[in-house]
Amino acid sequence: MQRRKKLEGIVLVLAALHGVVLGAGFFAPYDTAAQNRALPFAHPTRLHFADARRKIHLRPFFYPWVPRAGVYGEYEENRSRPCPVRFFVKGTPYRIAGWLPARLHLFGADEPARIFLLGSDGYGRDLFSRVLYGGQISLLAGLLATGISIGLGLLLGALAGFYGGWLDEILMRGAELFLALPWLYLLFAIRAFLPLQISPAQAFLLLIVVIGGIGWARPARLVRGVVLSARERDYVKAARGFGASDIYLLRRHVLPQTFGLLLTQAAILVPQYILAEVTLSFLGLGVSEPVPSWGNMLANLQHYDVLASYWWMYLPGLLLVLFFLGYSALASALHERVGAVII
Amino acid sequence: MTRDLMRGLAAILASAALCAAASNPPRILAAPAEELQVTGGEVGRYGGRLVIALRAEPKTLNPVTHVDSTSRDVIWRMMADLVHINRSTQLTEPALAKSWKVSGDGLRYTLKLRRGLRFSDGHPLDAEDVLFSFQVYLDGNVHAPQRDLLIIGGKPIVVRKLDGETLVFELAQPYGAAERLFDGFAILPRHLLQQAYHEGKLAQAWLPTAPPGQIAGLGPFRLKEYVAGQRIVLERNPYYWKVDRQGNRLPYLDEVVFLFVGSEDAQVIRFQAGETDLISRVNAENYAVLARQQQARGYSMYDLGASLEYNFLFFNLNDLSGKPLPQIARKQKWFRSLNFRQAVSAAIDREGLVRLVYQGRAVPLWGQVTPGNKLWFNSALLRPPRSLDHARELLRGAGFSWRDPSTLLDRDGEIVEFSIITSASNAERMKMSTIIQDDLKQLGMRVHVVPLEFRALLDRVFQSREFEGCVLALGGGDGDPNTEMSVWESSGGQHLWNLGEAHAATPWEAEIDRMMQRQLTARKQEERKHLYDRVQQLVAENQPMVFLLSPHLLVGAKNGLANFRPAILDHYTLWNVEELFWRQANSAKRP
Repeated sequence: MQRRKKLEGIVLVLAALHGVVLGAGFFAPYDTAAQNRALPFAHPTRLHFADARRKIHLRPFFYPWVPRAGVYGEYEENRSRPCPVRFFVKGTPYRIAGWLPARLHLFGADEPARIFLLGSDGYGRDLFSRVLYGGQISLLAGLLATGISIGLGLLLGALAGFYGGWLDEILMRGAELFLALPWLYLLFAIRAFLPLQISPAQAFLLLIVVIGGIGWARPARLVRGVVLSARERDYVKAARGFGASDIYLLRRHVLPQTFGLLLTQAAILVPQYILAEVTLSFLGLGVSEPVPSWGNMLANLQHYDVLASYWWMYLPGLLLVLFFLGYSALASALHERVGAVII
Repeated sequence: MTRDLMRGLAAILASAALCAAASNPPRILAAPAEELQVTGGEVGRYGGRLVIALRAEPKTLNPVTHVDSTSRDVIWRMMADLVHINRSTQLTEPALAKSWKVSGDGLRYTLKLRRGLRFSDGHPLDAEDVLFSFQVYLDGNVHAPQRDLLIIGGKPIVVRKLDGETLVFELAQPYGAAERLFDGFAILPRHLLQQAYHEGKLAQAWLPTAPPGQIAGLGPFRLKEYVAGQRIVLERNPYYWKVDRQGNRLPYLDEVVFLFVGSEDAQVIRFQAGETDLISRVNAENYAVLARQQQARGYSMYDLGASLEYNFLFFNLNDLSGKPLPQIARKQKWFRSLNFRQAVSAAIDREGLVRLVYQGRAVPLWGQVTPGNKLWFNSALLRPPRSLDHARELLRGAGFSWRDPSTLLDRDGEIVEFSIITSASNAERMKMSTIIQDDLKQLGMRVHVVPLEFRALLDRVFQSREFEGCVLALGGGDGDPNTEMSVWESSGGQHLWNLGEAHAATPWEAEIDRMMQRQLTARKQEERKHLYDRVQQLVAENQPMVFLLSPHLLVGAKNGLANFRPAILDHYTLWNVEELFWRQANSAKRP
């Protein structure tokens, strides 16, 4: 019972995190590419509840940043102009789930003041908006690539385990080959061969397909093992004796045995593939500017001055850790729960 | 008046320094037979070492075959040339040659060597060494990268010896400011290199691993020790041919140590920690990090203003008819439109680039010569401010229209969409490209920034020509237009937008060709300047390159280093290393 509660809790937290990222358009106040060239590397906006006369306001407000004359990247609050934080404001148009146009944002500020909840980057772009939108790319990468890996792993693993013989030999030796591939260099090579005309989104999708396509070997080996033992069970043999077809046996008796395992595998693979996207973007192979992703946002930290001077640029990394913890907790909880089923 | 004041001041400084210098032991006085050069800097004190971090290890110590800048940094502390360009004034001055004369027709240069000079191993220098050196540089089998500079009017310079200390250089055609050519040609010791040269093994001679005794030059220092992967140590050349005003033989420093640290960030961290004494060509961001702590950590940072580097955006105007690149060829009708290029230029927020990419430590540019180039900058060029309205007007004038504000269409109704390639390892150019992308979005142009590995980028620009737009930088050299002939002449190998044209593709390129040829042979500086001003004007009007900005040259040095006069020409902080000295002995103590 307690186990179930724990799992539900983790799923809930993860769902909430994904929900925020999925609803980036609503939660993020600004367009990710909108540059405020007067405000590079602005600190996170300070929210105030008490004004200069110590009067408490229920609605939070902030003082907009003004660049300090002659010094780059230093700001002071313009105390003469308090700006209230507005909720449910109309702002930059966006699309819900990619198609439904909308303009409503959770919060914002009256123009021309800018609210930078997590500060701004070197182009004066709102980091909070970029982190949320960047999550869409990174999570999409993780989930999509996992889907491909698990799908391929299930198909090939089940075929190898169920039919055995030479098919098993070929598939499993193939899997070993894939495990041994230095995939990073492979991706470098693929990226180099892509023509310039390809849009960043296409290039990115292609890379995801490649990452997912290479990663099928491990789940396939696990699935094969489960299928191999399942097909020798008495009830499977009995069903076969009654004339059940291969398809029926796989669908009804064998594959359901693998689902627990696959779920656990997926929970392990998703963060792994998010990290793959981060690595690729960090190395300049993934999504390119101005489209944000956690990877290319973290790539800013390659520069010593950013590392030394602007702490808020670490935030995408922090969020990444949060997602990782969520997924690894999910994986271990799933393992505990379905472990019993498999054995 | 000021001159008198200066003289007085110099006298005071000199007398103060005399006490200091006299108290130090390694004082070697000039032998009377030597014709030494007297330098004008502050008279210093002997002793101490200078530690500098290099990004990479020098590949070779051979002044003939080196190509990388780290090798150059080390080699030129040990070598000297006949005539030298003063990095501070950007003018030529006597070096190993104490004087030179030009014949009336500008075809003969007669150089007189200083008497009594010796290589750093004590072997005397004579005219034979100079003959040998130029024989080596001109030998096609040696593949000296500087060789092309000695081919004038299609013919190599002829070098002859008149007597033991007089040499004649004959040119096939007049060449403006030919004495500048001598800068960068190190005079080699015949007694050490002749054998390797005759055996065809010159390229393998003088690797960093060679025993120090086999390497000798005429520069202020000589090789003492090389530890692979760690450092190279140079020691004072006791036979160096410069003295200060007190007759003390230079250099003042005992040693110069180059550490190999691997990256620019590592250079910055080492300098910040006080492990190194000098840093050159810091980028603006690291400069800001360093400047914040300069008081506490005992060093000073210097902003020298515009460098000679110019950054620009250019489009592919190559003739692609023989190549299977229909996609790019189709877009060239936009790139070839002058209005299009001018509109791009008008839309670019140069001030924004300067502020966001260089934190204000750069100057916006509208021509190829930067304000840092004292002799050649054309101050009459127009510097129109950014204007999106003007840009739209220009586009409209060339038949472009808008489907909606974010989609520009050309005359045939095609969406204007192109890519800009840039070097992935250069953070500044990446950032500039991203800002330009955003600027051009305001005009409805859809621009993709494609970061490429630098060699892959060069391959596209110079070989396959498979690119649309590109952000790149040129610069370096000594600022003289002759060093940029290959960029501006239509047949040139660095004529980036349209490489090696058989005939000038446009009337203005033909005019640039004529102007460049005329300035090459013109003898008077004013005439050359006038001609090159016209080239700058033609380039600015026709925008084959959309000039962006020139970064400032940023350097730093530990406090207490005297005679430190950084310059925007190559060897920025080390060009006068022989004059550098530590004011206090303890500033140089380090394990």
